[in-house]
Amino acid sequence: MKIAVCIKRVADMGARFQIGADGASVSDTGIKFDISDFDEWAVEAALQQNEKHGGGEVTVISLGPMAAQETIRKALAMGADKGVHLSTDTIPFDGFAIAEALAAELKDGGYDLILFGRIAVDSAAGVTGAMVAELLGLPCVTAISKLEVNGTSGTAERQVEGGVETLSFPLPAVCTIDQGLVTQARYPSLKGIMAAKKKPLESKPAQLGAVSVTVSKMELPPERSAGRIVGEGAAAVPELIRLLQTEAKVL
Amino acid sequence: MANNILVVAEARGGDVRKVALEVVTAARALADGLGGEVHAMVFGAAGIASVAPKLGAVGADVVLVVEHEGLATYNAEAVAATVAAQITSGGYRAALFGASAMGQDLAPRIGAKLRVGVAADVVAVNAEGGAVVVRHPMNTNKVIATMVLSATPALVSVRPGAISVGQSAKAGAVQGVSPAMEPSAGRVKVTGVTMGGGAKLDLAEAPVIVSGGRGLKAAEHFSLVEDLAAAFGNAAVGATRAVTDDGWRPHSDQIGQTGRQVSPDLYVAVGISGAIQHIAGMRNSKTIVAINKDKDAPIFKVADYGIVGDAFEIVPALTAAVKAARAQQ
Repeated sequence: MKIAVCIKRVADMGARFQIGADGASVSDTGIKFDISDFDEWAVEAALQQNEKHGGGEVTVISLGPMAAQETIRKALAMGADKGVHLSTDTIPFDGFAIAEALAAELKDGGYDLILFGRIAVDSAAGVTGAMVAELLGLPCVTAISKLEVNGTSGTAERQVEGGVETLSFPLPAVCTIDQGLVTQARYPSLKGIMAAKKKPLESKPAQLGAVSVTVSKMELPPERSAGRIVGEGAAAVPELIRLLQTEAKVL
Repeated sequence: MANNILVVAEARGGDVRKVALEVVTAARALADGLGGEVHAMVFGAAGIASVAPKLGAVGADVVLVVEHEGLATYNAEAVAATVAAQITSGGYRAALFGASAMGQDLAPRIGAKLRVGVAADVVAVNAEGGAVVVRHPMNTNKVIATMVLSATPALVSVRPGAISVGQSAKAGAVQGVSPAMEPSAGRVKVTGVTMGGGAKLDLAEAPVIVSGGRGLKAAEHFSLVEDLAAAFGNAAVGATRAVTDDGWRPHSDQIGQTGRQVSPDLYVAVGISGAIQHIAGMRNSKTIVAINKDKDAPIFKVADYGIVGDAFEIVPALTAAVKAARAQQ
């Protein structure tokens, strides 16, 4: 199968974030970046599909600054065949603007399957995949935790609150990947890293759509005030109950 | 008319979900700020119109009812086509969704159809000087963005649990609407829906969550957590990523950066060390209780109340005490 995977370079979420000087951005200073977790699982899912069915080709596409090419190289090192970098200095917060650029790149690609992570862990919106599907007129299943495809159709499961939906759909289609679909993404091998350097990576300007959602302010949430150790062992339970009743008023 | 707000009120099994009432509450405040009406649109099989009074009680002036046998469960393509058609014909200022599995799937489809952006998973939505302004936690809840939506319609999905259901009685006048697309014509077919136990509370809706981590040592020991949740009577059970990766609990129970993000009134963490991955999903809980044998575990840094010690000894005692406390009420 010809599979495209759209991936995003995001900050390491373990960081202690600082607000940028403009008050409307997150500072990059001292921050490490990597592929978004869900997108990494999407790359893994694409590789597994083609290993299972034999042959095929996996193209990874990333929209972002020049450094997004490092993220593409990681996916190539995992085993993807080629990369496309849609270049823009800043990534808008409006998923529609991004979806337009991705759809423009994807529309003539002849892909059987287009995969996204369910959300990017930084902007945490989760809108781009379904928007791209709509712009391309393709069937779409979001937040899937199981995927089976044959040449012309697929089935997927998606978690809904308190249950699981099973869906069937024709190919080509767009799917967004939730946790549970793959247990662990593969680490790039040394051989994979060397091979990735020779794989094709094309860079072109991102044809972003109109922006109608903008960030006017970023702030850090208030720190949780320091808690207290009520006590040790089961002997502390009565005091905890008292605090939950009289102080927190949640019991 | 131009300042009316449309809400897609999520229904399941013939009733509206709590998130629908929360979103209508948010829409009511927004409509009052802009000087418009709230129209709640609900999809379901024949009889779903019976939910109209519930939506009216929290602020819906009009309830747009789309009844069709093919809409008993969420049908993404038919619902998206119908909502988009309603927004276009009704000239709405904004459309609000729940940021649930359904709303997160639906809102971006509408955005692409109408060629506007979506502010997803917001915790506050307000009218400021005629503009729609929202607050959206990002970077695993470590940063809060204030976002301005300049397009009409402004499309917003609201995080479940972020808004308290209000009381604002409006007419809830029922109007029938036909689906803009024959539901059976959709390319994606829902071939099955498997729900968990009927009494099980969803993590997004439960006022109390009891979560377990690796400190429980084995899957079967989750009965301790389940018993404590049952004692509270209004609690759901969550888990850490380590536990769901090991298959002790389903992935849908995972709370954290790559799982569910929750903000219950009370969060009880049992045998959870407090990895960044986990804290990202529960740090906005109103009150946090941690039970862990390691007094230096990071979970105690975010917990309001901690007990250091053996969960196998403490949790049964806590379960009995919670039962006793509730029996006195």
